[in-house]
Amino acid sequence: MPEGVLEIDGISKRYGEVVALRDMSFDVRAGELFGFVGSNGAGKTTTMRIALGVLAADSGEVRWNGRAVDLDTRRRIGYLPEERGLYPRMKVLDQLVYLAELHGMSTNEAHKSVENWIARLGLRDRRTDEVQRLSLGNQQRVQLAAALVHEPDVLVLDEPFSGLDPVAVDVMSHVLREKASSGVPVVFSSHQLDLVERLCDRVGIVSAGSMVAVGTVDELRSGGESRLVVESPTTEWTATLDGVRVIEKNGTRCVLELAEGVDDQSVLHAALAVGPVHEFSRQRPSLTELFRNVVTTEARSA
Amino acid sequence: MTSARAVSLVAKREFVTKVRTKSFLVGTAVIIAVLAGYVVLQSVLFDDQRHSVVGLSGQATQLADPLREKAKSFGIEVETRDVTTMDNAEQQVRDGSLDALVTGAPPALKMIVKGSGDEVLTTTLNDVLRQQVLVAQLAEAGITPQQVAQNLANVSVAVTALEPVDPQRGQRLAIGLIVAALLYYSLLVYGTMVAQGVVEEKSSRVVEILLATVRPWQLLLGKVIGLGAVGLLQLLVISTVGLVLSSAFDVIDVSALGGTALLIGVLWYLLGFFLYATVFAAAASLVSRQEELQSVLTPISMTIIVAFVAGINLMIGSPNGPTVTVLSLLPPFAPILMPGRMALGVAPAWQVVLAIVLALAAIAAITWLGGKVYANAVLRTGARVKLREALRT
Repeated sequence: MPEGVLEIDGISKRYGEVVALRDMSFDVRAGELFGFVGSNGAGKTTTMRIALGVLAADSGEVRWNGRAVDLDTRRRIGYLPEERGLYPRMKVLDQLVYLAELHGMSTNEAHKSVENWIARLGLRDRRTDEVQRLSLGNQQRVQLAAALVHEPDVLVLDEPFSGLDPVAVDVMSHVLREKASSGVPVVFSSHQLDLVERLCDRVGIVSAGSMVAVGTVDELRSGGESRLVVESPTTEWTATLDGVRVIEKNGTRCVLELAEGVDDQSVLHAALAVGPVHEFSRQRPSLTELFRNVVTTEARSA
Repeated sequence: MTSARAVSLVAKREFVTKVRTKSFLVGTAVIIAVLAGYVVLQSVLFDDQRHSVVGLSGQATQLADPLREKAKSFGIEVETRDVTTMDNAEQQVRDGSLDALVTGAPPALKMIVKGSGDEVLTTTLNDVLRQQVLVAQLAEAGITPQQVAQNLANVSVAVTALEPVDPQRGQRLAIGLIVAALLYYSLLVYGTMVAQGVVEEKSSRVVEILLATVRPWQLLLGKVIGLGAVGLLQLLVISTVGLVLSSAFDVIDVSALGGTALLIGVLWYLLGFFLYATVFAAAASLVSRQEELQSVLTPISMTIIVAFVAGINLMIGSPNGPTVTVLSLLPPFAPILMPGRMALGVAPAWQVVLAIVLALAAIAAITWLGGKVYANAVLRTGARVKLREALRT
């Protein structure tokens, strides 16, 4: 029994002729921060909406604790939709209490929890303001509070960081981290890949409606080509090596791409054989580069 | 969480949020003010009609007593004043402090009025004059006028009415029209409110969060109940104030007609609202922005407006005519026409029952269909959803 795991299992969805999701599968484990990345229109939002039951899948299943998600389990999920999902003319406090109650809390519990989250997210001064009077950043905080007030067992957040200032990003990151360490599986989508890389335990890259790569950022880096930065007087020596390609050259410094299985030590030996080597390091591709790689490869193969 | 709790949470939010808005408070106050103004105006007009001031000059002053008595038998009240100077008196007629000025000696009387003059007053005066002449001539002929008068009083035509006229018909018609107008207003305003609420949730995307916790039908039902209760509250406040004012100013006999009319109004408000609110909500769920709302609501609003405008005219003309009878049975028009006809007292029991049964059947069908459209369309933002697509899935 996969305790505390949110499983997305083989979900497909079409909108008329358009295929939005094709056999989308991944899981988010208890206590894990899962970053969900992909181009616009890749199917992130559709996946999350299906997980929340807001949208019905054509096939496939979403499971929590090994059981298919129904309305009762869904109330235990905290959801932050991509665009604002609040009543513009309702006061912050009333709105959050209402949402907490809809998620199954009693009125008293709801009030207690709302006050707690309002204080934690720095909204105390704004609690009796209408949501539409708040700045976008503060609206996003209210939105986060709405996802958290009912102390959910799972968190699903669609673009939680968009439109936030650096301070708010820190607050949001801190809260997500803390939720995850309390054993809640947290999945969020974002285009801020450096943030995802820094924050997430695992990352899933979506392209054209299916999951094309899942794992820790290190796992995503391993396999495939690796890159070396070498500083030596010439680069002609590289021509004699199989599976080594110069992809960038800047004076005496060059970036080499090694095909899978090529030993970097043999490259070092070859370089030393022709002259001094002043720098020799492994270039670790950022998530952004990994993402570009994956997405362009997929686009070519598609 | 039980369905009842979900529905009541939604309904409570709708009710509390709406009742607290300025537009509700101001709107109710304005309607009450208009109603009060109407009632006061009515009572003033009635009083004015019943009360005339007549100036009598010279020999005409001897007509004061018979004129007052005769007028009373016609149901109007005449106050007579002796006038001494003509110039001043004409001025009084001009400025309206005298309704008429009577001069000269019988039988050659002259009456000066400002405009067209009051017909009843003229007739009364003519009668008085003729009677005076008659009495004088009878006396000349040696006959006792009192004897003749007594004989005359005993003679009258025996009338048998095949369709007796309801002495309260005027009042009933007034109440019928008011009930129809209030229902027309409530259905249109609160139906539109439901539609605006649906689009607000859709355009703000809050519906995504809501539907992750409650089912579409629970959200829809809660919204309809909540806003329906606001409309009912307003209807009751307006009616109560209206009835109290009317009885205070003696415009309508409240005890008999008003109470019944109120019950009829509430019953048909509930039937009409549940019938129309779901349609409004389903139509609104097809669009994503308030700006697009008008285009989908127009056909529904038109139905209500036609029911009201055409219905009112037919009802005043012939409340039992075949057209209005058939229309008042059909569910889309019944909530406005049937209560009007019931208040008029012209709807037989079987027609009332038939209209209610048809309305209930229509509510069941519409709720099922509208709920389906709503559930399918409410999460589809962007372009307007075609009705056929919303019905298919």
